[in-house]
Amino acid sequence: MLQADAQEKVAGSLHDPAADTLPKLLVRNAALRPARPAFRHKHLGIWQSWTWAEVADEVRALAAGLAARGVGRGVKIAIVGQNRPRLYWAMAASQWLGAVPVPVYAESVADEMAYVLDHAEVTHAVVEDQEQVDKLLSVGERLGRITALLYDEPRGLRAYDDPRLESLAQVAAAGRDRLGRNPEAAAALDEALAAGRGSDLSVILYTSGTTGRPKGVMLTFDNVIRAGEIGCAFDKLDETDEIIAYLPIAWVGDHIFSYAQAIIAGLCVSCPESPDTVVEDRREIGPTYIFAPPRVFENILTLTTVRMEDASALKRRLYRYFLDHARRVGEPILNGERVGLLDRVVYALGDALVYAPLRSRFGLSRVKVGYTAGEAIGPEIFRFYRSIGINLKQLYGQTEASVYVTMQPDGEIRADTVGRPAPQVEIRLDPSGEVLYRSPGVFAGYYKDDAKTAETKTADGFVRSGDAGFLDTTGHLKIIDRAKDVGRLSDGSLFPPKYVENKLKFYPNIKEAVAFGDGRDCVACFVNIDLVAVGSWAERSNVTYGSYQELAADPRVAAIIREHVDEVNRSLAAEPRMGGAQIRRFLILHKELDADDGELTRTQKVRRGFIAERYAPLIAALFDGSREADIRTEVTFEDGRKGVIAARLAVHDMEPHPVAAAPELEIAA
Amino acid sequence: MRAPDGPLIVKGDVILAVENVSLAFGGVKALTDVTFDIQKGEIRAIIGPNGAGKTSMLNCINGFYHPSEGAILFKGERRPKMRPSAAARGGIARTFQNVALFKGMTTLDNIMAGRSLKMHRGLFWQALRAGPAMREEIAHRRVVEEIIDFLEIQAIRKVPVGKLPYGLQKRVELGRALAMEPEILLLDEPMAGMNLEEKEDMCRFILDVNSEFGTTVALIEHDMGVVMDLSDRVVVLEYGRKIADGTPAEVKRDERVIAAYLGQPHA
Repeated sequence: MLQADAQEKVAGSLHDPAADTLPKLLVRNAALRPARPAFRHKHLGIWQSWTWAEVADEVRALAAGLAARGVGRGVKIAIVGQNRPRLYWAMAASQWLGAVPVPVYAESVADEMAYVLDHAEVTHAVVEDQEQVDKLLSVGERLGRITALLYDEPRGLRAYDDPRLESLAQVAAAGRDRLGRNPEAAAALDEALAAGRGSDLSVILYTSGTTGRPKGVMLTFDNVIRAGEIGCAFDKLDETDEIIAYLPIAWVGDHIFSYAQAIIAGLCVSCPESPDTVVEDRREIGPTYIFAPPRVFENILTLTTVRMEDASALKRRLYRYFLDHARRVGEPILNGERVGLLDRVVYALGDALVYAPLRSRFGLSRVKVGYTAGEAIGPEIFRFYRSIGINLKQLYGQTEASVYVTMQPDGEIRADTVGRPAPQVEIRLDPSGEVLYRSPGVFAGYYKDDAKTAETKTADGFVRSGDAGFLDTTGHLKIIDRAKDVGRLSDGSLFPPKYVENKLKFYPNIKEAVAFGDGRDCVACFVNIDLVAVGSWAERSNVTYGSYQELAADPRVAAIIREHVDEVNRSLAAEPRMGGAQIRRFLILHKELDADDGELTRTQKVRRGFIAERYAPLIAALFDGSREADIRTEVTFEDGRKGVIAARLAVHDMEPHPVAAAPELEIAA
Repeated sequence: MRAPDGPLIVKGDVILAVENVSLAFGGVKALTDVTFDIQKGEIRAIIGPNGAGKTSMLNCINGFYHPSEGAILFKGERRPKMRPSAAARGGIARTFQNVALFKGMTTLDNIMAGRSLKMHRGLFWQALRAGPAMREEIAHRRVVEEIIDFLEIQAIRKVPVGKLPYGLQKRVELGRALAMEPEILLLDEPMAGMNLEEKEDMCRFILDVNSEFGTTVALIEHDMGVVMDLSDRVVVLEYGRKIADGTPAEVKRDERVIAAYLGQPHA
């Protein structure tokens, strides 16, 4: 009876004032749904699972062990690694003690990591394995504050004699032992849990920052929990939902979706076996709730397109026929609109033959709702998923907002907007077009950077998003680009670089594009080919190549890319306001843009300014009319060593298409 | 220094001794009077220019060739003429210069094949996939899964190895050798044909095998950087004869070694 009451309370109004911190909610879950699966992790080829009762017990033991090692209120503790249950538990255990976890991108090179750890004044670090231990030890002197270095995976670490090293399992065992023998320690632990307040700092998330050094976004439990509840209520998440945690734990998306919301709604989080097995693991788990940046959806589609090229002629024809059909009627059907009977019958047939197998192949058969966020998704990609019956939606969010700013309600889903303001979120537009928002999730401030905080947060609690956009007639928000990135050509025509780049990136052969044109007389761009897609084309066409560089320099590849650029120009020309942004010259880069070289952020966004500086000679060549350009670039290997790549690249010219006539009125004016 | 719970290895005990071994194919002498030893727990490199007799040496050690003269002592005992399978049963596993995997079989099955010497149930039970054979298979599968985890090849568990890039095939081959839980692991050019990143991974695996399982490793390698970083001791062969033996630093300074690799300076 008591349990039923509690359940009703949770279902009725998600917010429970007594459970104002995540560890308290975790303990509540253990009481409310002790036997429901909380975490899964594939290990040695088998899914291991832990119930909420077990997780709460593990976290408690770990907290006791951490407390004995000096973790307490205000202590900053770094969490570094891939998505593993124990790392999430270490996060919860730190929060239990009032300490603040600082998740760090696992792929960061040693120097980046050292910056964040130093800036956050981290004294304890919980890391995944030897690789991360090595990275931290390699910057040793810069991290003199660190007193404990705890690891999850002991392999390769036996021979290390640094006294600060200890395995998480040992810490938890020691904690459990201490709790068993020492009632005072147990009481102290309960007190520490009760002492937590919603207004306490819960986490510092360093934003990857497309410009400059990362900034530490401080979020309180109130921010994280109330923002998490917005999403849980919006999509009616409950304990039967499943999510797969595979995105960087330092990213706000993962923190809210696979950590906070899991604890709030009691849903089950599955951690993949390794970063390379996510696709397979997703298929096995069949998550009901997914969250991914557009890149993930692009990759799945690219792989499928490539595979279909190799399929038998019959399969190819089926695939093409039914996908064409889905493109016409799939979305209306998903949206519950009126669709003719014949179309429905054909769609049902397509579902049996093509769509359902595709969904199953993608591991998306059970998806109730999927979100894409982080960047604009190509409309064609977005429509593809929706047309085959996957309820993919767009969401616009920021770390500073604990994710939620705008969301797409069911039935109002469009490829070119990011939806309406999420519940409890207010939106305001600056005269310059910048989007500002205010919500319960709005961050407390940037860690140790009051100037930046004051710059970003207005006096009345709104946050400057840095993105330019506008609300359309239906009240949906459209984001064009970063406010500071929208430029103008010297003839005054509008140049939104991302808009142009996204059009290019829709083609599977193009992995990345960087367009330039602000203050110039025309638009020119760099293109990165997609090694999987173009490599598969090369294989089928008997084109031999030894490296990315060689393939990228092949004139036949250039011809393919030229066609794509021409298509993009045609579509730009069809929009009167964008016609001026047609690409007049392009070149194919000799190397893939890489986060290790600082060209992309850790969430794989292009760092335009840095690229412009690094490839200055190439940009000069794009705009001075030369046919060729030489470039030498330094590259960084994963261990921090450097090498140099030199290349001579060809610059390609494009013929612009005639721009569609602007509406009469504008011409008159 | 090893943690007390680490495998107890007394480095320095000779596990395998090669004594005055010569090997001739008709008139061609592949090895002439070679003597060296491999100590328990060490990483021992065998290097030398092309045709120096390195692979022949490895073939003698795992019983594929029989020395025409001299003897090989394994754990202090003089080894009779034996077949490679007997050497394998005795605890010597190897990988090959040119990957020798079952191309049509998956990674998992290839590594599982490495366990076949340790499976005892007869064909009858195995064919039934029941009773004791099933239990045995589950136990072996666990060992194999641990190796897959160790080598970080979960993503290719069910991929036929013929479809894998070369670097990964090498890794699978190492996995199959590890499945035998060998005392000595013979690696014939484990890094050949790999790019830098694959080489780094392979180095890490070799070091981890050595430190985690205490496996003694003897390897042939051309990449001098790798040899110098990895090995405890190096033996250098030239034209079938041993010309140097010692720590990497000692060998690097040895004039005969420099001459063998760089040629004689012109007077």
